[in-house]
Amino acid sequence: MTRSLLSIAGLSAVSDRDRGAPILRKVALALERGEVRGLVGESGAGKSTIAKALLGILPRTVRVTGGTIRFEGRDLLTAPAAVLRQIIGSEISLIPQDPQTALNPGRRIEAQLTDGLRLRRGMSAREAHARALTLLEEVHIREPDRVLRAYPHELSGGMRQRVLIASAFALEPKLVIADEPTTALDATVQKQILRLIRGMQKAHGTGVVFVTHDLGVVAQICDSVTLLYAGQVIEEGRTADVLASPQHPYTKALIAAGPRYDRPDAGLKPVPQAVFDQLRAEIGIT
Amino acid sequence: MGRSFRAALCDPKVIFGCGFILVLIVLAIFAPWIAPQDPLEQNLMLGTLPPAGFVDAEPGYWFGTDDLGRDVLSRLIYGSRIALTVAFIAAGLAALVGTTLGLLAGWYRGWVETVITRLVDIWMAFPPVLLSTLLVAVFGSGLHSVIAAIAIIDWTRFCRVVRSETMAQASMDYVTAARTIGFSRFRILVSEILPNVAPVLVALVSLEMGIAVIVEAILSFVGLSVSSDTPTWGGMIAQGRQIIYQGWWVMVAPLVMLLLTVLAFNQLGDGLRRALDPMMRR
Repeated sequence: MTRSLLSIAGLSAVSDRDRGAPILRKVALALERGEVRGLVGESGAGKSTIAKALLGILPRTVRVTGGTIRFEGRDLLTAPAAVLRQIIGSEISLIPQDPQTALNPGRRIEAQLTDGLRLRRGMSAREAHARALTLLEEVHIREPDRVLRAYPHELSGGMRQRVLIASAFALEPKLVIADEPTTALDATVQKQILRLIRGMQKAHGTGVVFVTHDLGVVAQICDSVTLLYAGQVIEEGRTADVLASPQHPYTKALIAAGPRYDRPDAGLKPVPQAVFDQLRAEIGIT
Repeated sequence: MGRSFRAALCDPKVIFGCGFILVLIVLAIFAPWIAPQDPLEQNLMLGTLPPAGFVDAEPGYWFGTDDLGRDVLSRLIYGSRIALTVAFIAAGLAALVGTTLGLLAGWYRGWVETVITRLVDIWMAFPPVLLSTLLVAVFGSGLHSVIAAIAIIDWTRFCRVVRSETMAQASMDYVTAARTIGFSRFRILVSEILPNVAPVLVALVSLEMGIAVIVEAILSFVGLSVSSDTPTWGGMIAQGRQIIYQGWWVMVAPLVMLLLTVLAFNQLGDGLRRALDPMMRR
């Protein structure tokens, strides 16, 4: 039986702060083992909310009103806290957005990288150290010994992001949530990091939910893509299909809006107002 | 971390602050051996002698004597004992209380935060000098009451700063990462957040020590601190004020000492804040 790694069905959430404004509207999403799924949308489209719901770190102001998140058949929304603690961090892990703030500035890399190994896998300090070294080598860090002894401020942004990727894959999770992991990096490093995530994911057979607002990034790394607007799924499918022949006018407009580096004088084409009007009418926002 | 401490040691502010305070500590500890005279011994024959270098100065009495013939320099040296005791213990206690409450308020939020911040707001509405005299009057005078009064008044400084710093740290991704790994909330607070609040705290403690020295002097000045047979700077200032026309040095000497001590603590705090902050933020 090929049961999906992750299947989200009818997931709805509202904001308690914003007088019950809907954040997610019956979102459905299925992810196979080893698949990289792009979650694309503009700010407020709900992509980060989905990521947070998967990690069980929704802010208190967000209330889930319906739906299920099944991870290997177990519903994460109704699972008892003890079961959740077993799954999250161990089988589902996170590559955070901003490498500047994602590492504790006051602790050495080794301590932070081995936290999970020691807490969740019960490794001794020596075993965890050896494992951390292998992990750092795996993410192409040249002097793993030196990096393990370093404090975060002694490393560059790209190096830190590599450390975070190593940390995300440390416990051999089945699902990795990448929350815009390249947004805070410059373009040259971005490409290396994307390739690295892709490589790690392939080597470990890990499923990845890749949150981003950049269709260019999706084209490089994602097998399939889900496009969100105002908490609703607008379009989904294989990346190549969606990018080559988008069905929804919003998708078409987004692809057309991307900057063309080969023709810099072409200018930028913002998404036309008519497309938004149509979207809002479809979703039912007044 | 080691590097930032080394950087801090090169800051002239830190060098001055640290140096002066170390000298003061040595003076306080070894007062009986360093002080040239007995600070309590009265000698009416040698009353109101001017400092060395003035006409009528007596050898052996470098800063002159007060109206009872007690050596000003020796009293200054012994006075540093009270000043430093209060500085370290009162500031330490205030930091302990304020930091604990600030961490709780900034981390657990909700009603815990509401209660603690309201308490701070109410506390800060009282004029500190009035409150401290009131507290000492209630507890009775003495070193313990002075220390308690300062700690009870000044914990709010720590609480406010630590709370906002905790909230800033709590919004960082590394805290989220620690949560997803499965650390308990308490463990995250103690082992992830507290060390990152520490640099601000170190600077604040140093500033608070300066404040504690001043408050102790004020309470000594109005006679609410230790009994008058123990030399204190505040007590010397009060005594010197009465004979300001006959012997200005009796008042000026402890004033200068007080000024330098507070300056040293403030400079040290300021220097540490500068040295530690950018390192941690980078």
